[in-house]
Amino acid sequence: MSEILVLVDHVDGAVRKPTYELLTIAKRLGEPAAVFIGATDKADAAADAVKKYGAEKVYVVDDTEIKGYLVAPKAEVLQQIAAQASPGAILISSNAEGKEIAGRLAIKLESGLITDAVDVQAEGGAPVTTQSVFAGNYTVQAKVTKGTPIITVKPNAAAPEESAGAGAVEKFSATISDAAKKAQIVASQPRESSGRPELTEAAIVVSGGRGTGGNFEPVEAFADSLGAAVGASRAAVDSGWKPHAFQVGQTGKTVSPQLYVAAGISGAIQHRAGMQTSKTIVAINKDEEAPIFELVDFGVVGDLHTVLPTATAEVTKRKG
Amino acid sequence: MEAKTGSMNIVVCVKYVPDATAEQKFESDNTVDRVAVPGLLSELDEYAVEQSLQLKEKNADPESVTVTALTVGPEQAADAIRKALQMGADKGVHVVDDAVAGSDAPATSKVLAAAIEKISGNEGGVDVVVCGMASTDGAMSVVPAMLAERLDLPQVTLGSVVESQGNEFRIKRDGDTATEIIGATAPLVLSVTDQSGEARYPSFKGIMAAKKKPLESLALADLGVDAGEVGLTAAWTAVEATQARPPRTAGEIVTDEDGSGATALVGFLASKKFI
Repeated sequence: MSEILVLVDHVDGAVRKPTYELLTIAKRLGEPAAVFIGATDKADAAADAVKKYGAEKVYVVDDTEIKGYLVAPKAEVLQQIAAQASPGAILISSNAEGKEIAGRLAIKLESGLITDAVDVQAEGGAPVTTQSVFAGNYTVQAKVTKGTPIITVKPNAAAPEESAGAGAVEKFSATISDAAKKAQIVASQPRESSGRPELTEAAIVVSGGRGTGGNFEPVEAFADSLGAAVGASRAAVDSGWKPHAFQVGQTGKTVSPQLYVAAGISGAIQHRAGMQTSKTIVAINKDEEAPIFELVDFGVVGDLHTVLPTATAEVTKRKG
Repeated sequence: MEAKTGSMNIVVCVKYVPDATAEQKFESDNTVDRVAVPGLLSELDEYAVEQSLQLKEKNADPESVTVTALTVGPEQAADAIRKALQMGADKGVHVVDDAVAGSDAPATSKVLAAAIEKISGNEGGVDVVVCGMASTDGAMSVVPAMLAERLDLPQVTLGSVVESQGNEFRIKRDGDTATEIIGATAPLVLSVTDQSGEARYPSFKGIMAAKKKPLESLALADLGVDAGEVGLTAAWTAVEATQARPPRTAGEIVTDEDGSGATALVGFLASKKFI
């Protein structure tokens, strides 16, 4: 059975949840082999984490020579591991960096690339992907027809399944070209943690829009009562009420949670593109004509500033 | 590829996309219908045109800077270039060839890279290739990285703020887990997000001036690209099936009166086991 390479998505060695989802998918396709590019002293902990989700092998690549540069060196690492391992597929998290690594790798390996998969299944040993396209209005099944399938997978595409793997660590020393070191990371400021779940990974998302008038407190309090992530519409971000990292929509994050609550959001195509595939959709809006109500399973025509605080108190009471 | 000495050449890649507010659909061969659905310059590429024009305007000698808008696409795609010319780009290059239809991202980047090499050859170099953050149709966001790979240039991508001094460029890149400052020396590939600054509207003067600006059409043969390497049959991926998403069944809508909305909302969430 061929190896399925999974690029470990981590922050300073702390493995992020989408990695476990990728490993779960990798197991459907072959033998999961994790690729950890990071500090050598964090590698053992990362290897322990990924082997719980089925990693049979863990390639460890010291990032001393890599971390100061954008994207290109990581594509070279994967190219070199692929040359050695002849993997059946390469899976990468579908975030900005992951997609760029995948793009460069596809050209290097002359291999087909599918981005933003929301599901990957094995059909006759080959991966078949499902994507959600045109603002979530269509689903598409596709496969790679040339080279080694390279697939970037969106968060929540699979429920992570624990499964003990051998987790055999193999140190891999990659050769990084000078050309790959031309775009330097001059400075890096880690994003402050809000203490709330990651927007793209959360089971519940509560978002606010123009209707908040800039006051996100009712939205945040309701989110906290449900243990949800907080999002924002483009209108709210463009008004400077929330940073761009909170934006749900075509040019922000695409989310597909179990429950999506849109408060004071009209539901323009820009926004729908980012949340239309949510399992259950709820909206609160003063305007009964707002297009968001076309999407909802449950809607309240009313002012979020009065509805949400009452609902928050009720949820808190019920949860005791 | 070399940087041009003594002046600056900017190529901004633009895409003609189906209007996202119209109904987008697939053809019988599972390619995007780019003919029946009205199209326009991808909104996200307007930001790339804007940043290209700002690079020109901020230059000590703006007249020495040339902004070329480049597109690959069917006849109608010239509209995307015209819009860029109306905004202020100096000239346009349109790669139009029947063989291109159905090209995937690797093939598109191959044609774009060949066109950029051609422009560079004709004009003594290209300093900056500017792209938007994604198209509004395919939305893969991989063409800028692929271009950097093919042209062997540094990629300075997804900038929300762009600063330059001579050949030195810096961008602010807002990532998932960190905000980074990325620096590189031209020639390079730059991509910008919708946070990089509002794109200008064409002025009446701009619209009139655009009519006189050069718009060159090139075929694959002019670029030395073999038609067999691009298009649907040469794609490295294949779409097996497409399905329109079933319309959502109409939900229950209540009107809030004296707190009834909140009670009904919480009742709904409890019935779905979210509480």
